[in-house]
Amino acid sequence: MNVKLSLKVNGKAVEADVDPRTLLVQFLRDHLHLTGTHVGCDTGQCGACTIHLNGRAVKSCNLLAVQAQGAEVTTIEGLAAPNGDMHPMQAAFKECHGLQCGFCTPGMVMSATALLKDNPKPTEEQIRAGLDGNFCRCTGYHNIVKAVQTCAGGR
Amino acid sequence: MYAFQYHRPASLGEAATLLGKLGDGKALAGGQTLVAAMKLRLAQPSDLVDLGGIAELAGIQADGDALVIGALTRHADVAASADVRKRIPALAHLAGGIGDRQVRAAGTLGGSIANNDPAADYPAGVLGLGASVVTSQRSLGADEFFKGLYETALKPGELIKSVSFPVPKRAGYAKFANPASRFALIGVFVSQAASGAVRVAVTGAGNGVFRSAELEKALTASFTPDAAGAVKVPAGSCNGDLHASAEYRAHLVSVMAKRAVAAALG
Amino acid sequence: MGANIPNGIGASPRRKEDQRFLTGAGNYTDDINIQGQTYACFLRSPHAHARIRKIDTQAAAAAPGVVAIFTGADLAEAKVGGLPCGWLITDVNGQPMKEPPHPLLAQGKANHVGDQVAVVIAETYLQAKDAVELIEVDYDVLDAVADVATATQPGKPQVHDIAPNNTCYVWGHGDKAAVDKAFAGAAHVTTLEFRNNRLIPNAIEPRAAVAQYSRSEDAYTLHVSNQNPHVERLLMTAFVLGLPEHKVRVIAPDVGGGFGSKIFLYAEETVITWAAKRVNRPIKWTCERSESFMSDAHGRDHATKAELALDKDGKFLAMRVNTKANLGAYLSTFASSVPTILYATLLAGQYTTPAIYAEVTGVFTNTVPVDAYRGAGRPEATFVVERLVSKAALEMGIDQAEIRRRNFIKAFPYATPVGLTYDTGNYEATLAAATKIADVAGFPARREEAKKRGKLRGIGYSCYIEACGLAPSNIAGALGARAGLFEAGEVRVHPTGSVTVFTGSHSHGQGHETTFAQVVAERLGIPFESVDVVHGDTGRIPFGMGTYGSRSLSVGGTAIMKAIDKVVAKGKKIAAHLLEAADSDIVFENGNFKVAGTDKQVAFGQVAFAAYVPHNYPLDKLEPGLNETAFYDPTNFTYPAGSHICEVEVDPETGVTKVVNYVASDDFGNIINPMIVEGQVHGGLAQGIGQALLEQAVYDYETGQLLSGSFTDYAMPRADDVPSFKVDTQVTPCTHNPLGVKGCGEAGAIGSPPAVISAIIDALKDLGVKEVPMPATPYRVWQAIQSARA
Repeated sequence: MNVKLSLKVNGKAVEADVDPRTLLVQFLRDHLHLTGTHVGCDTGQCGACTIHLNGRAVKSCNLLAVQAQGAEVTTIEGLAAPNGDMHPMQAAFKECHGLQCGFCTPGMVMSATALLKDNPKPTEEQIRAGLDGNFCRCTGYHNIVKAVQTCAGGR
Repeated sequence: MYAFQYHRPASLGEAATLLGKLGDGKALAGGQTLVAAMKLRLAQPSDLVDLGGIAELAGIQADGDALVIGALTRHADVAASADVRKRIPALAHLAGGIGDRQVRAAGTLGGSIANNDPAADYPAGVLGLGASVVTSQRSLGADEFFKGLYETALKPGELIKSVSFPVPKRAGYAKFANPASRFALIGVFVSQAASGAVRVAVTGAGNGVFRSAELEKALTASFTPDAAGAVKVPAGSCNGDLHASAEYRAHLVSVMAKRAVAAALG
Repeated sequence: MGANIPNGIGASPRRKEDQRFLTGAGNYTDDINIQGQTYACFLRSPHAHARIRKIDTQAAAAAPGVVAIFTGADLAEAKVGGLPCGWLITDVNGQPMKEPPHPLLAQGKANHVGDQVAVVIAETYLQAKDAVELIEVDYDVLDAVADVATATQPGKPQVHDIAPNNTCYVWGHGDKAAVDKAFAGAAHVTTLEFRNNRLIPNAIEPRAAVAQYSRSEDAYTLHVSNQNPHVERLLMTAFVLGLPEHKVRVIAPDVGGGFGSKIFLYAEETVITWAAKRVNRPIKWTCERSESFMSDAHGRDHATKAELALDKDGKFLAMRVNTKANLGAYLSTFASSVPTILYATLLAGQYTTPAIYAEVTGVFTNTVPVDAYRGAGRPEATFVVERLVSKAALEMGIDQAEIRRRNFIKAFPYATPVGLTYDTGNYEATLAAATKIADVAGFPARREEAKKRGKLRGIGYSCYIEACGLAPSNIAGALGARAGLFEAGEVRVHPTGSVTVFTGSHSHGQGHETTFAQVVAERLGIPFESVDVVHGDTGRIPFGMGTYGSRSLSVGGTAIMKAIDKVVAKGKKIAAHLLEAADSDIVFENGNFKVAGTDKQVAFGQVAFAAYVPHNYPLDKLEPGLNETAFYDPTNFTYPAGSHICEVEVDPETGVTKVVNYVASDDFGNIINPMIVEGQVHGGLAQGIGQALLEQAVYDYETGQLLSGSFTDYAMPRADDVPSFKVDTQVTPCTHNPLGVKGCGEAGAIGSPPAVISAIIDALKDLGVKEVPMPATPYRVWQAIQSARA
């Protein structure tokens, strides 16, 4: 039996009627066509599907859409300013070449912004530990760490 | 994922009632294990009772010489809690090392211990501190709560409300993470109560969290890293798999116990 | 070289592709949805080796939403072919390798866990998946063989009847007699026996495909996550489906990493392309990660015995290598060439070893096919050479850098005894740079300091060479290649002077849209912003061989350069007309066509405009338009090389290894975009360190079950598993391409594993440890310490 779902996604109220087995990531990608959130695994490890749920980074492949009932969701599409200006973390990733193929990038950026929210001035070690829920196969993490440092305002 | 009926009760009582009458129903807390298992079609509950709408289940309260943590409290909240960090820093440290950032933002204390994964961190904290698990029906001591591989003393329809952690004199947790999953390949939680009683709980080694009598004896005699490190844990008490042999796990129990004691002593 | 314009060659403009990737606007295959699409889900064998007695699809066919179900029998009836192998290896007896059929869906027998047995096409993916579970297969489970080291022994289960003792080929390379003679007179022989661990590529984007068929045009369009769409189309149409190429358009849109694993033609996209016509609906298939583990081609998996003969001064006299290479259950697209042509030819490394002989046995097992993975044969070769050298130095008491210097090739060109001719290089330069940056002089003090903290520090060297831009086509053809190795590029100048470049290379993270634009902007003297690069679409690109083997810039970039040469040549004729001068008097400089020795000139944009608005134009002798295409077939490989120095700290109590310092000094020839090059090195290093410390595909050798079948058991490098890297470049330009470039994509993965392993052994040598296996997980390092102490 379908479930009535109402939540806010990127600041907009969304109402939907969903099969309860719909994952949050499927809801975002297939129902709302927000394809910036990616699926890289099926065991909840890679973090490509990371979004913010009520301000916290979570893996949207490991939550049912119905678990976001009444919640505020932000995806990578909702991070930039309405006029298209990139969020400082997005800009730092570009400036520091913190992405290559771009597939892990939305999730990585969402985790990185959450990391700085919890700890605005992290050490390199804290950044590396703080990104433990996201895999990147391209960058060797070097420039991702640099991007987070740059965004935090100091190298 | 197989189809299921979804329920979102507003109170613990309602949730317990639902689960009591639904044959293959399962409670959904943070979902970090259950949703993953359902996705892979390894779990097939007929009904899912989502506890996410029950506000009374989350939160951290001081209760005399104990900290009472609601079952739906997220790992990240335990790790960041000023109360926990001050009174049982080892528990905050443990919660801050579970899974990863995103898992800690969604996963819950109740969900973790109800699942009782043999490589989970929380069971070591609950058992190592001698906490009490308060359910919708009763209060269970940690020693009677954990029953081996993915098994607990919870009865059908019985739900965890909170866990009451007695504040120890000192405690420490040391985890050796599996390089792939970051679950505990070995995790050792040591505590010394105000009375001087020592508890040592080991996770990751066998078919479920257990107390180590050898380590408790040694640390009761001398609560020092060296005393822990000198204990040779029999390999027979440990499992072997592609990540580690039983011998290596047994060795790591001593090493992690030593490091946990060092952490406890600050 | 050097930038004549902002953001030209040698500058590091930020990438053109980043805006879309950073804002969620990328267009990966799974992001594509087509009106009316259906979904495919494959039934995969749960057994490593099993005869299929019967497949009952009745219940599945009746399940909700099911559109169609196909099995191997349907494909056989439709006369659909099997997947081809692109390289024929000829064995030591002059016989062709054994090429068992590689069916798209199992024909009577499943040969590895994950082998495709049937496909369900349904209205939704969940319905397809539900129906797959309703297919009943009657399997007769057979004994399996999975261990490459023992699979060729008599009496083992046989994967293919046509390949007795699971042997695809026994291939020899080099002068065996000369090697035997040199060994007989050697003062010292160093021996090494090891396994090069099996890896799973794990690009973060799983494979995916969307196939469409149009009845009105009798034509197909396939979107697929792939590194070389033209090769995909060629193999699929000509060898499997028997379709004319002009009726099939293959588009590889944004691709989320490849690392080799998306070079190959796979069964899944081929099946859905075929089935799209049968069901007359678009079909989408997206691999689940659990499926990727058992269906993406794996990498490495060698069992090797290697020996190095030295004289009393540590000069290398000869090398002898015997390798058993796991090919898996079937020959994947380039599987046969990886442990042979791309491996044994690199065994000279950076050294003057005069005699080398390698014998390689290609082995079938009941495992996922093994093919190229970042480095493809060259990491395996480098591991052999550099571990032998490090071990020999330790045994003979010679300094690690010194033994390498004594044997470095110093004069170029240099013909190796294994068939390659290195055009240029300066190995001393990278070794000296790495030594300085790594502060090797300060290492003893750091080792002492670490000891006080209970940690054991070690330092390891790796001086690697690789061969990139596999070529030329005719020689490769003589060695068994069944495809060309050129590249194509088209430079389309628009009437207002902006340019669209169409390249047969494909970018799946490498940043071609940026680097290639820099090259074109520099050469045409136009703004970087005026150049866009298009790749990954057989409908728009003249032709292409795609991206693998670090070939994009050296081969694909050169094709673009050749097309630019044609544009400039034509532009000169147009300019000569406009300036009323002789063609031969026109020079092209900084974006202007000039009459040499005068101040008469027209800008590039004016010439472009004249070409498309040919009012004042030599129409009698010149066609209008300014749009040129070139194909380029290289005359030789390029030879990137470098020196890596790794410093580790081992916790002897737990066996945990931490890479505390990693220095890579590489010679990639000229560099177009240093920022991108450094990024490529970082990524390669993380994969190489991953191989050395973490990653391993583990099979149960008895049952053929994949034990490390998910990220919970296969350890991927995370941010806290690797350090920040120190990356340096030294430059000796390649002598045989106009950009002087060599390629940088694989170097990190090639150079690093032996540096890490040698560093661990150095850290533990005082405990008596002589070898540690790869990956050197904490458990295995602890075991090595225990065995040495016992």
